[in-house]
Amino acid sequence: MDAGADAVYCGFNDETNARNFPGLNFTPEQLAQAAVYARAANAKTFVAINTFPRAGDQQLWQRAVDTAVRIGADALILADVGLLHYAASTYPNQRLHLSVQAAAASVDSIRYFVDAFRIRRVVLPRVLSVAEIAAISAEAACETEVFVFGGLCVMEEGRCSLSSYATGRSPNMHGVCSPASHVAYHEEDGTLVSRLGNFTINRFAAGKAAAYPTLCKGRFRAAQTEGYLFEEPVSLDAVELLPALRQSGVSALKIEGRQRSRAYVETVVRYFKEALALLDAAEPMPAGGLVTLTEGQSATTGAYRRGWR
Amino acid sequence: MPSVPALVSIALRPLPLAPLQLLLTALLDGVVQQHPGIFERLGEHVGKRIGIDPTDLPFAFVLEPRPGASRIVAVGAILRGTVDARIAGPLAGLIGLANGTLDGDALFFSRDLTIEGDVEAIVALRNAMDDAGVDIVRDASASLGAFGPLLERVGRIAAIVAEKLVLDVRGRQWN
Repeated sequence: MDAGADAVYCGFNDETNARNFPGLNFTPEQLAQAAVYARAANAKTFVAINTFPRAGDQQLWQRAVDTAVRIGADALILADVGLLHYAASTYPNQRLHLSVQAAAASVDSIRYFVDAFRIRRVVLPRVLSVAEIAAISAEAACETEVFVFGGLCVMEEGRCSLSSYATGRSPNMHGVCSPASHVAYHEEDGTLVSRLGNFTINRFAAGKAAAYPTLCKGRFRAAQTEGYLFEEPVSLDAVELLPALRQSGVSALKIEGRQRSRAYVETVVRYFKEALALLDAAEPMPAGGLVTLTEGQSATTGAYRRGWR
Repeated sequence: MPSVPALVSIALRPLPLAPLQLLLTALLDGVVQQHPGIFERLGEHVGKRIGIDPTDLPFAFVLEPRPGASRIVAVGAILRGTVDARIAGPLAGLIGLANGTLDGDALFFSRDLTIEGDVEAIVALRNAMDDAGVDIVRDASASLGAFGPLLERVGRIAAIVAEKLVLDVRGRQWN
């Protein structure tokens, strides 16, 4: 907020949100204080409750909804249809956003969530091109929000089981992708070896940029070849696409990185606020200014420009 | 990432660790007093032994955060198997990480920072300190009573001089 964010999304310190990392997030009391701070700063507080409730244990997620409403969250970011039904029927006046975890990537899909649960905004998956975002924004019966910087999930979000396969824990059910409890790093003659569970994910030669040990950005050997199967270690940076994204009619730009530091958040938010000011002034967009913060010290515009799925 | 010049590091090598230990204890007391919420965020990682290894200095530290009984000890080196986790990097990077002015993940990506052992404990400690808003000079000064403000001024000046020295030496090396 101090860096100029119009809204901040955050979560409780449990498995109800998709950034359930040790030492991170808020108790209900802390989140209530944060919401007061946000209101004083004329900023919005969005509470992410965007994991999928365990069968028979949905009370934890419903309590999180109750608490978020009680502390005055400006919006709840939800993914599970059962929890959406609970929130929409219990709190008919509460603003609801559809999390990227719901993977709503078509006008029909978004229409369903709007009709069924009065969704006011959808966070679009990071697998769409700018042209597709424009087409959806033109027809969707709610606001659209897109990621512009940070970690790049290349899978159908909310449905990716790679972390679960390697560790038994997933972002969808436990709120953690490649949890730190299952990560190991060690150096072998200057080469950094990263492991996730029982899998070696990558080896980084001395002096080469490192990355998180996620299976989707791991380097694999098959037959006679070795390389990145899905995506290289890289972060999303869509600053150069801001003119096109504004043209496409999106309502909000999202910066990923709730698990990163205050220094990261402040730097990235300031950078994008300055970029938006340049856009208003019809000046060229900056380039490469955030590369030191990116995974693998490398950035991409992802699917926004590329044609893969 | 600026590093302590090798000559300075060599000059520090024969010095006894006792005076450094006094400074470290004051620093830890200050941080713990000013930011008791750190322990709540550490959760199950309270009491873990974290090795903090400035790779450009001839000594290291072992931190044991525990409510009412936190310890930090200066050691000549961190021996394998004596700590739960080890974080290593240039002193400037470790201070920036502690103060929340640098991003730990970015330092890891650029290979300025090395992490070994219990990664979850390191992540919890990083998040707990980042939330607390630690300022090591201010917090250490706060634990020294009447001498605190004087030490804080000296500390700030020392930090500026040290940074300039580091940059000057590196500048000459690059030229």
